Amino acid sequence: MAIFLDENSKIIVQGITGGEGTKHTKRMLASGAKVVGGVNARKAGTKVDFDGTVLPVFGSVEEAIKETGANVSVGFVPPAFTKDSVIEAVDAEIPLTVVITEGVPVHDTAVFWAYAQGKKTRIIGPNCPGIISPGKSNAGIIPADIAGPGKIGLVSKSGTLTYQMMYELRDFGFSTAIGIGGDPIIGTTHIDALEAFQNDPETEAIVMIGEIGGDAEERAAAYIKANVTKPVVGYVAGFTAPEGKTMGHAGAIVSGSSGTAAAKKEALEAAGVKVGKTPSETARLMRELLS
Amino acid sequence: MDLFEYQAKELFKKHGVPVSLGEVADTPEQAQAIAEKLGGVTVVKAQVKIGGRGKAGGVKVAKTPEEAKAHAEAILGMDIKGHTVHRVLVDPGADIKQEYYVSYLLDRSNRTFLALASYEGGMEIEQLAVERPEALARVPVDASKGVDLATAREIATAGKFPAELVEPVADILVKLWDVFVEQDATLVEVNPLARVGSGQILALDGKVSLDANADFRQPGNEALEDKAAANPLEAKAKEKGLNYVKLDGPTASVGIIGNGAGLVMSTLDVVAYAGEKHGNVKPANFLDIGGGASAEVMANGLDVILGDPAVKSVFVNVFGGITACDAVANGIVGALTTLGAEANKPLVVRLDGNNVDEGRRILAEYAHPLVTVVGTMDEAADKAAELANAGA
Repeated sequence: MAIFLDENSKIIVQGITGGEGTKHTKRMLASGAKVVGGVNARKAGTKVDFDGTVLPVFGSVEEAIKETGANVSVGFVPPAFTKDSVIEAVDAEIPLTVVITEGVPVHDTAVFWAYAQGKKTRIIGPNCPGIISPGKSNAGIIPADIAGPGKIGLVSKSGTLTYQMMYELRDFGFSTAIGIGGDPIIGTTHIDALEAFQNDPETEAIVMIGEIGGDAEERAAAYIKANVTKPVVGYVAGFTAPEGKTMGHAGAIVSGSSGTAAAKKEALEAAGVKVGKTPSETARLMRELLS
Repeated sequence: MDLFEYQAKELFKKHGVPVSLGEVADTPEQAQAIAEKLGGVTVVKAQVKIGGRGKAGGVKVAKTPEEAKAHAEAILGMDIKGHTVHRVLVDPGADIKQEYYVSYLLDRSNRTFLALASYEGGMEIEQLAVERPEALARVPVDASKGVDLATAREIATAGKFPAELVEPVADILVKLWDVFVEQDATLVEVNPLARVGSGQILALDGKVSLDANADFRQPGNEALEDKAAANPLEAKAKEKGLNYVKLDGPTASVGIIGNGAGLVMSTLDVVAYAGEKHGNVKPANFLDIGGGASAEVMANGLDVILGDPAVKSVFVNVFGGITACDAVANGIVGALTTLGAEANKPLVVRLDGNNVDEGRRILAEYAHPLVTVVGTMDEAADKAAELANAGA
């Protein structure tokens, strides 16, 4: 099963001819993901060779879907054009679009998120590493060689903490690991992933990684308490972050007394989630649960 | 980026919002000259990016230019919650009849924008929200539709403005929405919006925060930066394109370099925990060198961190995800070679992930006397804290 992404996923890459698009298309193909083409209006009709796999470039997402049967798009489009590219994907009714791009103005994200409401596309990101269901498919930039398939579901705001946690728990493996992104407004949330993991028979336990800023973790804690019966282990980064400073991710900022790591940890613990003080302690808590 | 009041009100003015706006002064003499030019009663206001300046004595009414000078003298150099006042705004005095509150902000929880409005202004908005929540209207704004005159009337009505004020307030709300969208703001706040003796409604104060992600399409943003107040290390890091935040504190002595914002935030926490056993040392900075972690970026990062006199040890924490650890190790070797004798503080390196064995082998072979390679993040944090404490 896995969540959102599986062996039936057929991926197209928006911005396939750019530097990042080219690099990560190669990596996705090497990991066994079914990448079936790309989109770039200015290079429509051309073909690109990715280390021996020749992929067609289409003029639009709609055309790419029609020609290839794609059901996932991954976006490496520059920030200035991200809004239009997501709206294009939503208009083409692609079931899943993964927005990797970092640095998208929040007004643009707010607009494309509002636009997608009531439509057929799930958005992951922006400013995220994407999603991997090891052994099945890989949409984004998460390295496929860190961990194989298994029974843990992972949802995280951060890319490198996703990699770190997958590495720590690589002997157990993952059903799906999803990086939802560190921006103030994101498409898929912790709660969306928790709900899907709860309903996924392959997932036995869930690791949830949060960080300072906003109240997504507090809301996730309330959701877990009411709806999640599978064991959840949590980690929150940013206890030492000063108030009012953005810590790398655009959304990682403590404003006044809201968005602190301490408040998030407390909320998660009150919901019965075991929260590690460090990534390795978090991994240890998960090990104890599963052994 | 938060703006000063005068910058916020200049943006308001540009978008047609009626404001009460004088001029800024860096010296008491300038303040006096501005007060003379404005004539009549003036208000001398500390320009700091923090609330509560009125209570701190940073806002004073002056009846004469001489008084404006005296107030400026008292306010310039004042410390308001850790912010030093370098500049005052001398505004024309206003005959305030009534004070209101309006703002637009990013509502992260609901992934949209929110308009706040209240007929009852004049107090701290946080206080109003707690004490009389029914007096503060919270109206969600659909980002794809925005605020037109009809929506603005709804906001004003929800804020309990009486019928005769709905139209003028709605007009201001539409113009403030233009500020919010056209400047890529995450906050536009007017507190107070005031009705003055002439019957006019004016923005007497203004608070604006801008989205740094939109800098590429907001060429005016650079000029709004407060370069004088920037920490010199942060300014240097910014020049080199590094994602760096200086952290203060008497024992903040462990320099941090890592890849990925989440991992670096986590590294700061792990170092602070480890520090509890080593003289309570704490992280001295946040520095995310990103996925690439090239030799050049590593050298730039080390250069900034080693230039921080508070730093006694450096913890390099890299997880090789996209970048292989051998490339990261070569980056560290390249950086130390480039820096030569300037690399004079102990470095604790933790590498994990893609091609870690080769990465560790490269560092072992290089055998720099200041470099210690440690296997796990927790152990490395402990070692870095111990070394910082020993060097203190």
